[in-house]
Amino acid sequence: MGKTRTTSAEGRERQRLPARRFRTTSPAALRADSVDGGSLLAPLLGLTDRAFSDCPDLADGAMEKMSRVTTALGGSVLTGRTMHCHLDAPANAISVCRDAAQVVVAGRSIFKIYAIEEEQFVEKLNLRVGRKPSLNLSCADVVWHQMDENLLATAATNGVVVTWNLGRPSRNKQDQLFTEHKRTVNKVCFHPTEAHVLLSGSQDGFMKCFDLRRKDSVSTFSGEATEAGPWEWAMAGWVPVLPVLSCHILRLHHSFAHGPTQDAESTANGSRESWGCPLYPLGLCSGPQAGQSESVRDVQFSIRDYFTFASTFENGNVQLWDIRRPDRCERMFTAHNGPVFCCDWHPEDRGWLATGGRDKMVKVWDVTTHRAKEMHCVQTIASVARVKWRPECRHHLATCSMMVDHNIYVWDVRRPFVPAAMFEEHRDVTTGIAWRHPHDPSFLLSGSKDSSLCQHLFRDASQPVERANPEGLCYGLFGDLAFAAKESLVAAESGRKPYAGDRRHPIFFKRKLDPAEPFAGLASSALSVFETEPGGGGMRWFVDTAERYALAGRPLAELCDHNAKVARELGRNQVAQTWTMLRIIYCSPGLVPTANLNHSVGKGGSCGLPLMNSFNLKDMAPGLGSETRLDRSKGDARSDTVLLDSSATLITNEDNEETEGSDVPADYLLGDVEGEEDELYLLDPEHAHPEDPECVLPQEAFPLRHEIVDTPPGPEHLQDKADSPHVSGSEADVASLAPVDSSFSLLSVSHALYDSRLPPDFFGVLVRDMLHFYAEQGDVQMAVSVLIVLGERVRKDIDEQTQEHWYTSYIDLLQRFRLWNVSNEVVKLSTSRAVSCLNQASTTLHVNCSHCKRPMSSRGWVCDRCHRCASMCAVCHHVVKGLFVWCQGCSHGGHLQHIMKWLEGSSHCPAGCGHLCEYS
Amino acid sequence: MNRGGGSPSAAANYLLCTNCRKVLRKDKRIRVSQPLTRGPSAFIPEKEVVQANTVDERTNFLVEEYSTSGRLDNITQVMSLHTQYLESFLRSQFYMLRMDGPLPLPYRHYIAIMAAARHQCSYLINMHVDEFLKTGGIAEWLNGLEYVPQRLKNLNEINKLLAHRPWLITKEHIQKLVKTGENNWSLPELVHAVVLLAHYHALASFVFGSGINPERDPEISNGFRLISVNNFCVCDLANDNNIENASLSGSNFGIVDSLSELEALMERMKRLQEEREDEEASQEEMSTRFEKEKKESLFVVSGDTFHSFPHSDFEDDMIITSDVSRYIEDPSFGYEDFARRGEEHLPTFRAQDYTWENHGFSLVNRLYSDIGHLLDEKFRMVYNLTYNTMATHEDVDTTMLRRALFNYVHCMFGIRYDDYDYGEVNQLLERSLKVYIKTVTCYPERTTKRMYDSYWRQFKHSEKVHVNLLLMEARMQAELLYALRAITRHLT
Repeated sequence: MGKTRTTSAEGRERQRLPARRFRTTSPAALRADSVDGGSLLAPLLGLTDRAFSDCPDLADGAMEKMSRVTTALGGSVLTGRTMHCHLDAPANAISVCRDAAQVVVAGRSIFKIYAIEEEQFVEKLNLRVGRKPSLNLSCADVVWHQMDENLLATAATNGVVVTWNLGRPSRNKQDQLFTEHKRTVNKVCFHPTEAHVLLSGSQDGFMKCFDLRRKDSVSTFSGEATEAGPWEWAMAGWVPVLPVLSCHILRLHHSFAHGPTQDAESTANGSRESWGCPLYPLGLCSGPQAGQSESVRDVQFSIRDYFTFASTFENGNVQLWDIRRPDRCERMFTAHNGPVFCCDWHPEDRGWLATGGRDKMVKVWDVTTHRAKEMHCVQTIASVARVKWRPECRHHLATCSMMVDHNIYVWDVRRPFVPAAMFEEHRDVTTGIAWRHPHDPSFLLSGSKDSSLCQHLFRDASQPVERANPEGLCYGLFGDLAFAAKESLVAAESGRKPYAGDRRHPIFFKRKLDPAEPFAGLASSALSVFETEPGGGGMRWFVDTAERYALAGRPLAELCDHNAKVARELGRNQVAQTWTMLRIIYCSPGLVPTANLNHSVGKGGSCGLPLMNSFNLKDMAPGLGSETRLDRSKGDARSDTVLLDSSATLITNEDNEETEGSDVPADYLLGDVEGEEDELYLLDPEHAHPEDPECVLPQEAFPLRHEIVDTPPGPEHLQDKADSPHVSGSEADVASLAPVDSSFSLLSVSHALYDSRLPPDFFGVLVRDMLHFYAEQGDVQMAVSVLIVLGERVRKDIDEQTQEHWYTSYIDLLQRFRLWNVSNEVVKLSTSRAVSCLNQASTTLHVNCSHCKRPMSSRGWVCDRCHRCASMCAVCHHVVKGLFVWCQGCSHGGHLQHIMKWLEGSSHCPAGCGHLCEYS
Repeated sequence: MNRGGGSPSAAANYLLCTNCRKVLRKDKRIRVSQPLTRGPSAFIPEKEVVQANTVDERTNFLVEEYSTSGRLDNITQVMSLHTQYLESFLRSQFYMLRMDGPLPLPYRHYIAIMAAARHQCSYLINMHVDEFLKTGGIAEWLNGLEYVPQRLKNLNEINKLLAHRPWLITKEHIQKLVKTGENNWSLPELVHAVVLLAHYHALASFVFGSGINPERDPEISNGFRLISVNNFCVCDLANDNNIENASLSGSNFGIVDSLSELEALMERMKRLQEEREDEEASQEEMSTRFEKEKKESLFVVSGDTFHSFPHSDFEDDMIITSDVSRYIEDPSFGYEDFARRGEEHLPTFRAQDYTWENHGFSLVNRLYSDIGHLLDEKFRMVYNLTYNTMATHEDVDTTMLRRALFNYVHCMFGIRYDDYDYGEVNQLLERSLKVYIKTVTCYPERTTKRMYDSYWRQFKHSEKVHVNLLLMEARMQAELLYALRAITRHLT
């Protein structure tokens, strides 16, 4: 692949580097750097002054070494290529040496240093020595000191923190062992500028700060949540019994108290009020579940603020600490839902902190303001294990995930949906990432569970942006069209006339460019909006039609008539004509029997069969009518009653217009098998209301609460149902009736045609084509409405998928127009399973308590926290458990029925507040 | 076979006990269920549970909301001693049985039946047979595994392994299930099934561990209900549920004074906590302690009780007579000590390499949304639940004890925590408790009231239920970890 070219950025880098060298290496510089609290540092680090005075050569030595390193870097240019090498075992973490030429890899059974050469990684040192490696070597994390290239620290899974000195002459480079944590140590972190300060964060909920010149930790920070509870102690002025584990805090505290500075004094005083918080976890509380400190997942020293460090916790919190004040954190905020696995301070922007969590998000916080402010949020596809700001690119950061996803992404936080770059080398999850040099944005190193170590070159990364579709097209609700595309593309096309074939002519062409577009180079796009003519119809007809159409609840003929009327009033004559046609086709009394004769009875010239007594028919009509209603409201069960359905419409129809061939229905009945006739008669006693079918209509209105049918989702159910004998039986019915249902004649006006007895399938095809035609025209409303109104008669002619597609598009349209009621009705009336389960999903409505404003989790009407019932009826003074209606003026309310009744008699609020409530 | 530990008298006693069992099983007439006590549990006096219940309105709320059967069953009653936990338990159970999920409802119940059948838990089986039919399951399936679709049958292998030796699950098992074909499982379905299996295996542990009685009013028998077989020995019956009458077991375990036993435990906890600061066990010692604990778990329980009998003999005897067997295949497959197969040298599961918090959760939540949060909450809840009491003592930090219980269960499943000193287990968990733990988690169907009574005799029943909850959740987590790890490996 060849060698890297020296990019211009690198060239720049070379010149800029020296300027930032040695910011805070010597104690003097250190003090100067921290004007506000430099004197405080002395007691904390305890030995700083003495140490430096005792061994000046050490400090000098460090300085000398560092200057050499930097010079070396300044003089050389990083080169390399995308490469990887195989490790013997999965890596858990990696860290880069300051010289950018070495990388350390640590894992459960690996701990090695590799030199990064131009063409390959070369194993330089194996730190895992000894015959029987102990658990101290099973590393969860590793960090290389950024000031001292001989100093490393590891966090062991058994809770030990180990430091390593590469300068040791012996084979075993192990330097110090801190065994203060009780649980796995998740993270270690060196102070960016101070040579001897090491911080660790552990599963046991504590963070410890070590001074490497001492045998044990100088301070302990407890990650206990400080929310509620502990403050009573402070108020009572009672000093709690110190549990054993907090002895470090105590010790440290004493050192503060004895310290000479006034600040230390005030720390001691100030800390009393918060004593409760670090001590609380240790089993002294009375609540059954408090008392568990949250595990620390990451700790990071701020790069810009000398005393600050951030820690992240398993419960989603992030805390900011001042290293001088171990008694309580400076600030705490909840950053994620679930554990926060990692955090990283921005190298340049003071107070920018990136956090990554199990909730698959990366968030960038500005913590300089009073409240931590979420600046950016990137949604990834898997839980975020590591996050690292990209050097020299203000808005870039690299992430890798904990599970499932093996790639490394580099994001521009301003563009949270598409990663700027993607590295796909690893075959298992990436566990550690590090930029090779703090001022070089093009080299990324990574270690993975697939036992490999990789160097990625930014220019070799794949860029998902390039594969993304840069054009976007969207229809507005009222026929407007928005179109976004690359600017170059649009510029070329803009001269062209807009497409004129559309009924809704675009009248003007608007271009709007966002001046603050951050990705000018990547995707500068133009947004065009085509608006419809103001008077050009719009979508009013759609809304009106949707609202006024009747889809069920009446006999077919009436539905058709009604809908035809609606369409005509809206000036849609073709549609109106169609409805009329449908009515004629399906509701003309003469037709169905003709077809029926044709098929069930045979070709035996059945026209001449004797008349049936007409009272039979009359008796039957109402019963059947109500049966139809029942059937419609059920939707699903429709197939069972198909027979009745069709004959009912037939018969009611017959009632309505006794014009032509009233003898033919009789033929129908006679022509049928005797058994079926009995079936029809059987229904009579059940519906002994010989009124006309209209009277049952009110029951068809929507019930306030519709029954939720507990049907399991998924295809299995369908299958199951089909298997059960009952349904298959009814399906048989359908089959036998099929010819009857679908038969119709185009020429119902002229009697000639049905004399000639066209095959019924002929008409089914025609209706189907008609529906397809409307759907293709974009009038899916018509297609769905006809589908619902005709029900079984046409359903079988159209394949399930198409129906489902129509339904979903229509429902989608209705919902965009906020016609919720209509859309629900359509959902309810649909027979497609996928559609009818739509309104069974997410039927939960979450409510908050009206007193304490907390969400009410268990019950909708009683609050767990304040134990009050949230909504009382102002009329009956009982708890409202169902529909609650309240006045928006005085916020009193109650049971819907009660309020309705009350307001019939009075216009004042039932609660007696004097408000004149209105109910509409 | 000298299994070490365990006085001869104990062995004799159990020997008798096992004989009772055999007699009991041979003579089928005695098998008609006869609850040992009234109330929800055979181990816990009714008044203990009921007392707690009347106070607790919350429980009723919960039951109303989350119970699938719509009534306060015995499990819920016993668990309601720990209302906080009960809530997360019921919520997650309700979610996996009733809410959005990839599997159809009858499948879910059938899987529950299959899981419970691995431990011959007739209580759970009956419960879910009813629910299975109620949710529209095909009655024919209840005749046995031959009648179910091949797809469900394929789940058998993983059910068997999960229940008894979860460490044997490999990605090949997963591959076999998900590879495309007629009866394949999609990953979300599989995860749902695995969660259900693990849940019901663990719940079976709880049912036996707390001696849950069969529901009092067996509704109109639908023909598929099993005759409840109480797994308690006749000599337990003789025991008359009287704690004071525990002289038998008392002498068995050679405990002179249970009061001093408690004091001793407290003392040990205190000492451990102090020692922790100074004493530094060498690394080698730490790892040997785990091995030791693992090995020792071998001899616990089974050593005295059952291994003196030809293993298979007993199992066959037990299972063949049981109606339960129609839901399972390979009934003789049982728990085998993790530590015993030294020759095969199964690698220890390093808890740090695949944790629930980091890995398990992410995977489960990805494939079966939201269950992760519910399980997470449940695990946290049970792990952190404490009233800071131990028997009569108050203000005790029981963290150590809880952790020991949890980790001991995981230890028996071969899961090791690097940061845990397994010496603590030895210090904190007395032998009779270990016997109980091992039985409940590995062969729950063999739990007897004697075992329940014989440990921690000063402790309250609610505390023992707490122990049971810990065991149950630890077991569930262990099973899930193994299964999910296999799925992860399949994915990578």
